[in-house]
Amino acid sequence: MGIGSMLIVCIVSLAMGSVITLQTALQIESGWIPAWTVGFVARTSIVMELCPTIISLLLVGNLGSRITAEIGSMRVTEQIDALEVMGVNPASHLVLPKVLASIIVNPVLCIFSIGFALFGGFLTVWLTGCISTYNFIDGLTYCFRVYDVVYALTKTCIFAFVMSSVASFYGYRIEGGALELGKASTQGIVVSSFVILVLNVVITNIML
Amino acid sequence: MIEVNNVSKYFGEKQILHSINTQFEEGKVNLIIGRSGSGKTVLMKCLVGLFSPEEGQVLYSGREFHNLPEKDKLLLRKEMGMVFQGSALFDSMTIEENITFPLDMFTEQSESEKHDRANFCLECVDLVNVNKLYPAELSGGMKKRAAIARALACNPKYLFFDEPNSGLDPKTSLLIDELITKITHDFNTTTVVNTHDLNSIITIGETISFIYQGHLAWRGSSDNILTSDDQTLNDFIYAQPLTQRLRKTL
Repeated sequence: MGIGSMLIVCIVSLAMGSVITLQTALQIESGWIPAWTVGFVARTSIVMELCPTIISLLLVGNLGSRITAEIGSMRVTEQIDALEVMGVNPASHLVLPKVLASIIVNPVLCIFSIGFALFGGFLTVWLTGCISTYNFIDGLTYCFRVYDVVYALTKTCIFAFVMSSVASFYGYRIEGGALELGKASTQGIVVSSFVILVLNVVITNIML
Repeated sequence: MIEVNNVSKYFGEKQILHSINTQFEEGKVNLIIGRSGSGKTVLMKCLVGLFSPEEGQVLYSGREFHNLPEKDKLLLRKEMGMVFQGSALFDSMTIEENITFPLDMFTEQSESEKHDRANFCLECVDLVNVNKLYPAELSGGMKKRAAIARALACNPKYLFFDEPNSGLDPKTSLLIDELITKITHDFNTTTVVNTHDLNSIITIGETISFIYQGHLAWRGSSDNILTSDDQTLNDFIYAQPLTQRLRKTL
């Protein structure tokens, strides 16, 4: 679960890192601001905000809809009823492994995402020459705090829990057929995204 | 034996089942029949615990299912097997994994014991060389038989079939009916079959409960169903031109 999203996460992260670096470099033109600021701002934005939040939102659309569709189709085809009749608790059998898998895998994807985004920024600097690569790397390493990574991973874990549990909830409570499955999938994405965005503000307030 | 005492079920304000009283006997094929929307699937879901009736009791050999503590309910569930209308086989598992799934959950059997049990259940339903296939690779009739094999895995006392012949051709329907009768008599199960297939009603129904608009309208067996003078039952049985012709010969 989630490993299949690696390619799209890498592509989005490369592009994201590249754009944030380029835009920061273009905004900072004053001679009073040191050139390494570009790397510093890019790193801070990527590690603390863009990767945990944007990648989590991306995974809501990718993994969340898949979870809703999988559990929902099991509900529609009576597979969940079959589990209940057998005496197996469908919630713990179907939902818990997905929630745990998301909480484990999404932070790993977030770390890869941070790596690829920073690499994307470096590539942009190297290819465009907007600042020197030395200054960029200097900015990336300036005042680096491990707490920033802890903060990013904590956010990712919470967002992963929200994504998988909301998606499972919408899949589990489906009544009807294919039409309802599509609606539930969309509702799951909308609600998860909204909750993630609200929680992002709350967690930022608490942790920073 | 399963006893149904005064079972009523509501969905919101709407009453679906009206004080149903009937019995399903051990070692016999017990049918619940009725038109679509009459409440027979709701009754079956009340029997297996997928729905809780607002009023009444469902007794399994004297044990009131819906009021049992969770632990005892789980033990009783292990004595049940159910075959759903759409088979409800787990898509992500092979047929053998589907059959061994309840064994994985509730028994301490070794892999070889589970494999042997799966093969035995598959032999019971005349399915061979399908162990490694996925449900999507089977025909409708084969899926139904695989679902029966899964239901048999834990050696159930109570077997439930929800419209086992729906979507099957007449020949396969006959095979499924024969299989249901054979399993019931060989394993002495209390079998409850929810159907509106007239051939099943006439050939395998040892006790028959006819549900009409949520009421138990008639109870009998296949021996006397064709000669009953109950008007609602006759309207159901003799609805088709073929059966109307049959009635004239009786």
